[in-house]
Amino acid sequence: MRSKIVLARMLRNPQSRYGLLALALLLLLAYAGPFLGPHDWTDKDFLAFMEPPSFDEDGHWWGTTQIGQDVYAVTLRGMQKSIVIGFLVALFSTGLAALVGATAGYVGGWVDKALMWATDLLLVLPSFLIIAIVSPRLKGGSWLWFVVLLALFSWMITSRMVRSMTLSLREREFVAAARYMGIPAWKIILRHILPNISSLLIIDATLNVSAAIIGEAALSFFGFGIQPPDVSLGTLIADGSAKAIGYPWLFAFPAGLLVLLVLSVNLVGDGLRDALDPGSNQ
Amino acid sequence: MMGAYLFKRLVSNVLLVAIAASMAYFLAATSLNPRYKYEGRQPPVAEAVIDATLEQYNLNDKTPVFQRYVTWAAGVATGDLGRTWDGKPVNEELGRRVGVSLRLLLVGTILGAAVGVSVGAYAAVKQYRISDRAIGVGAFVVMAIPVFVLATLLTVAAAGLNGVLGFTLLEYTGEYNPALSGWDQLTNRLNHLILPTISLTLGQIAYYSRIQRNMMLDVLGQDFIRTARAKGLSRRNALFKHALRTSLVPVATYFAFSFGTMLTGATFTEKIFGWHGMGAWLVDSIQSHDVNSVAAVSLFAAVCVLVAGFLSDLIVSAIDPRVRVS
Amino acid sequence: MNEPTTGRGAPVLEVSDLNVTFRGGVKAVRGVSYRLDRGEILGIVGESGSGKSVTSLAVMGLLPEGAEVSGSVRLHGRELIGAPEEELTRLRGKGIGMIFQDPLSAFTPVYTIGDQIAEAVRVHQKVSGDAAAKRAVELLDLVGIPHPHARAKAFPHEFSGGMRQRAMIAMAIANDPDVLICDEPTTALDVTIQAQVLEVLKTAQRETGAAIVMITHDLGVVAGLADRVLVMYAGKPVELGAVDEIYYRPRMPYTMGLLASIPRMDRPTARLIPIEGNPPSPAALPPGCPFAPRCPLKVDACDDAEPELERIGAGGRMAACIRAHEIDLKDLDGADVYPVPEPPAEAEEPGPREERETVLQVGDLIRHYPLMKGAVFKRRVGTVYAVDGISFDVREGETLALVGESGCGKTTTLQQIMQLSAPQGGTVVVLGKDSAKLAKAERRGLRQDLQIVFQDPMAALDPRMPVGDILAEPLRAHGRKDAKAVKSRVAELLTLVGLAPEHAERYPQHFSGGQRQRIGIARALALEPKLVVLDEPVSALDVSIQAGVINLLEDLKVRLGLSYLFVAHDLSVVRHIADRVAVMYLGKIAEIGEVDEVYGAPAHPYTRALLSAIPLPDPEKERTRTRILLEGDLPSPADPPSGCRFRTRCPKRALLGEPEARRCAEEEPSVVRLASGADHGAACHYPEGVEAVPAPRP
Repeated sequence: MRSKIVLARMLRNPQSRYGLLALALLLLLAYAGPFLGPHDWTDKDFLAFMEPPSFDEDGHWWGTTQIGQDVYAVTLRGMQKSIVIGFLVALFSTGLAALVGATAGYVGGWVDKALMWATDLLLVLPSFLIIAIVSPRLKGGSWLWFVVLLALFSWMITSRMVRSMTLSLREREFVAAARYMGIPAWKIILRHILPNISSLLIIDATLNVSAAIIGEAALSFFGFGIQPPDVSLGTLIADGSAKAIGYPWLFAFPAGLLVLLVLSVNLVGDGLRDALDPGSNQ
Repeated sequence: MMGAYLFKRLVSNVLLVAIAASMAYFLAATSLNPRYKYEGRQPPVAEAVIDATLEQYNLNDKTPVFQRYVTWAAGVATGDLGRTWDGKPVNEELGRRVGVSLRLLLVGTILGAAVGVSVGAYAAVKQYRISDRAIGVGAFVVMAIPVFVLATLLTVAAAGLNGVLGFTLLEYTGEYNPALSGWDQLTNRLNHLILPTISLTLGQIAYYSRIQRNMMLDVLGQDFIRTARAKGLSRRNALFKHALRTSLVPVATYFAFSFGTMLTGATFTEKIFGWHGMGAWLVDSIQSHDVNSVAAVSLFAAVCVLVAGFLSDLIVSAIDPRVRVS
Repeated sequence: MNEPTTGRGAPVLEVSDLNVTFRGGVKAVRGVSYRLDRGEILGIVGESGSGKSVTSLAVMGLLPEGAEVSGSVRLHGRELIGAPEEELTRLRGKGIGMIFQDPLSAFTPVYTIGDQIAEAVRVHQKVSGDAAAKRAVELLDLVGIPHPHARAKAFPHEFSGGMRQRAMIAMAIANDPDVLICDEPTTALDVTIQAQVLEVLKTAQRETGAAIVMITHDLGVVAGLADRVLVMYAGKPVELGAVDEIYYRPRMPYTMGLLASIPRMDRPTARLIPIEGNPPSPAALPPGCPFAPRCPLKVDACDDAEPELERIGAGGRMAACIRAHEIDLKDLDGADVYPVPEPPAEAEEPGPREERETVLQVGDLIRHYPLMKGAVFKRRVGTVYAVDGISFDVREGETLALVGESGCGKTTTLQQIMQLSAPQGGTVVVLGKDSAKLAKAERRGLRQDLQIVFQDPMAALDPRMPVGDILAEPLRAHGRKDAKAVKSRVAELLTLVGLAPEHAERYPQHFSGGQRQRIGIARALALEPKLVVLDEPVSALDVSIQAGVINLLEDLKVRLGLSYLFVAHDLSVVRHIADRVAVMYLGKIAEIGEVDEVYGAPAHPYTRALLSAIPLPDPEKERTRTRILLEGDLPSPADPPSGCRFRTRCPKRALLGEPEARRCAEEEPSVVRLASGADHGAACHYPEGVEAVPAPRP
């Protein structure tokens, strides 16, 4: 019932309406698009290197790369990977943020101090550098390790927000009531605290999706992220940017899709914020 | 009174920096392999020679990592950050690069915050009008463009523009043209600064403008704005005298967070525009398995983040009497 | 429809047929008209949602964008509705000054009080910055702020609530406005501070000669202050007249009910008369008279059309009720019209107090907190003596009320009891079990017998849980897992507190405040406790709803054999519901004893001041009463005065001789029984009504 209200409110807001529409189209493109194209992403066309886009029936719609790959097929494949990474990282990091923040805020005392100190430490550590060092050395390991690494360095700010919201919730009377009923702390956190910060968590998870997509692309840009033969939007942009001046299609398609993807996710996230927050102006 | 607290905070910050840098050192020392830089050479270098060289630079993986760490840490404590993989002092390299990066970061931070806050405040005042919507859409689009895409786009655009004009209007590689001197070199340096600064600042402006707008709107709904208007201030005056300063308080706390993103952003800007700053060094040192340089970069980044946090606390207590200690 | 104007000069402010409609078609104000003469005080009374505050914001032209205003507001004959914004800006603060309810959020936190007042001066007067600053200090002096020179440089958060409200008044009168609109100016304040601020308002009126519109929900506050009263209900004026007429001869059933439902300190009655039901939502008004669904005098014709405000009898008397003339003729009052609820089933006469079981025993309880300062740079700067050695007991079947103003330690006391762990100092014994010596399982078991009802019915229920789950939570937590049994118990509980079993599926936000508080009570009763702690259970409710909840609490106590520890700041409610009362001041008990003894013959000067500060809903009594006004603010609990904690504000101390007064500063009084055999003690060296014989020094 609540989700219906939220959805209705989101659809009333043009900004999030366009965001949702764009996101749906992009997902459709990423997952249905490859079936429409005439080439597979692993195909190499040795007759066409660095060909500009062509609109022939069997041509390369978005051109080809240096080694004859079809840009359309490769880009969509990379986009799939970027989307999966984005969603997984968001899920992990928001979950971790909720757990750490709520525990620190509710339990308090030395637990709080220790957890917040660790959070501060992770904030101070240059995460980009750490992932850059570690990630290429997980060779043979699956790209899931990369997801874990990204998630590990992107929960801290959310967790601080969760903590401060928990601190104020803890003083709320319904939490005191549960405590005076003799309900154990972990149950109170799961039953009363987390449901009441679910709005924040949903919004944050959404925005973390786009942050993770950018993060992946950024690391892959320098070769610290997804390793070949796997491709992601980041690796494609990295390859394309060096040749962007002479062969713009190599850069334009992956970069354009990345921007559109991040933009639509952000619009949805912002729309969610308005729809979930009863105090908002919309 | 204040002094004692600042001192206490300083101590805990130094501790955090020390731990962060140590962790980075361990990570770098255990997963990077400087030996590899010597092994593939033609003609081959004898292992004993490699060992001796690496030993000299405190990079020998045959020495226990803890022992190397102690040597490194002892050096750092006396202000010596060790040697690069090919034996140059890290301190010298650092000295050269810090200046390059700070130029970018300082201009980016100040410009980003100042322009962003003004734009955001303006949007809040014009809430729901065309200008507010345009700023909002612009901010969203800018925030969706990662720095490396933006920087690449800027170089493409500059190349195109220069090509059309037939002369170099906008520079997009390096920091300056060493062939020039005096006044010409200064303007040349400024020219080189334009595109990197734009690529770094645009995102900051978008970010600050969103936060400032939201905070300002929060404040606009509060009772004291109504009071200010009830005593006869016009809407405009109530906004500028009462809402702006109050809404700056939460925005200032974001300063610390945004600085971290700036640092990462600088890496791309420097690499793409061919600047030899700290950000470029981060990538280069990892790629060249340069353990001590990596540790130095981490140290620098940690110090920057904490200084930013400290500064943001100072700004907050300067504009908000509620948090002042006296 | 407009008020008669015969025999009066031109009004200062005239509002006629004012309507306010918010976005979405919510009609918040519907057809308000009143006139305000020079120097007159008009009280606007109504419950939350009655549109009284919106009316005043509409007069000021300060409603948020998107609100549609129609009708007419004339200041000295000049029309304000639709006037250009610049003209309104010029008038705000100069023609009409406004005082808001919450003085903390009403000041800009980052500027000093002096600067903000000086700003108000400079907006309308061409004076230099120095002159404005000087004027600000004068104004602060006028409203009774001590050391105004130094205090002008302080920030809003450094002022106490009462001082902030004084400063607010100073700001509102800075430009000698002709009209002062006060929107619940004392609602956020304690009674003794409220009494001070009301005095300041009177001074302000004397100084400026302004006419005042006093908006409040508290019928006591207006009784002694207003010349005329306007009663609002559901956005509409329902009764208007001179203050005595309204209070002694109300002619609209709503006003009659309101006056009958207030617990009164001067006339403790056995049973309060509640108005059934809830005020209608402004988005869904019933056809006809909006009060009809709750009205005991309702006839079919009431649903036909909404009655307009009409003249009744002579003078400026008006009421919006089709039966007003009939009521006037028969001279009915609330007690005649409203059904008096059945008296609670009389329990068998309880035995003498000493022989009953002790449910709760608190001995010498201490709770100190470290005092931290600074949000960014935290540090400990002292100790808050929140509760500093208090003792009392609650016997089976009785209600003990803890009363006191904010900061007296009553809520801390209650938390210490509820925690059921070893206190910092002293003992808490619940049902014979010492909380310091409880094993974990025992503590859980004991929780069944000790339950709590919170103040804010909005915050006390988890908004994400349906009511059924909220009520089932304590049952499940204490091992009642059988789904069927839980469900039937939930239904039983809902019926017990006057709700329907099918309400179990709804969420808290679908209930009104009074209903939510009933849910909170049902939850507390789920485990059949012996002792229920009530933390200000009715203070967040509107008067007409309050009476029903108080009656429910009384019924339940008798039916279920409960004992109550009742924490409250409203002394009228306490007088009505409690058997015994303990008055707290700065972490100590000042006076304790049977309600009739304490209220009838208060012995501690603080109790006397507290009782005298409570406004009575009786204009005649209010006018003739002499108030004991306390000086200054409550001292900080972090730095309590030596000896007797009340001595710095004690009105009696001035009458004492030098050596007697010295004793107050040096020796801390403890609670002493006033007469042997009487259940009445006070912590005062020189209690009222007892011969002030200095005790022999130890």
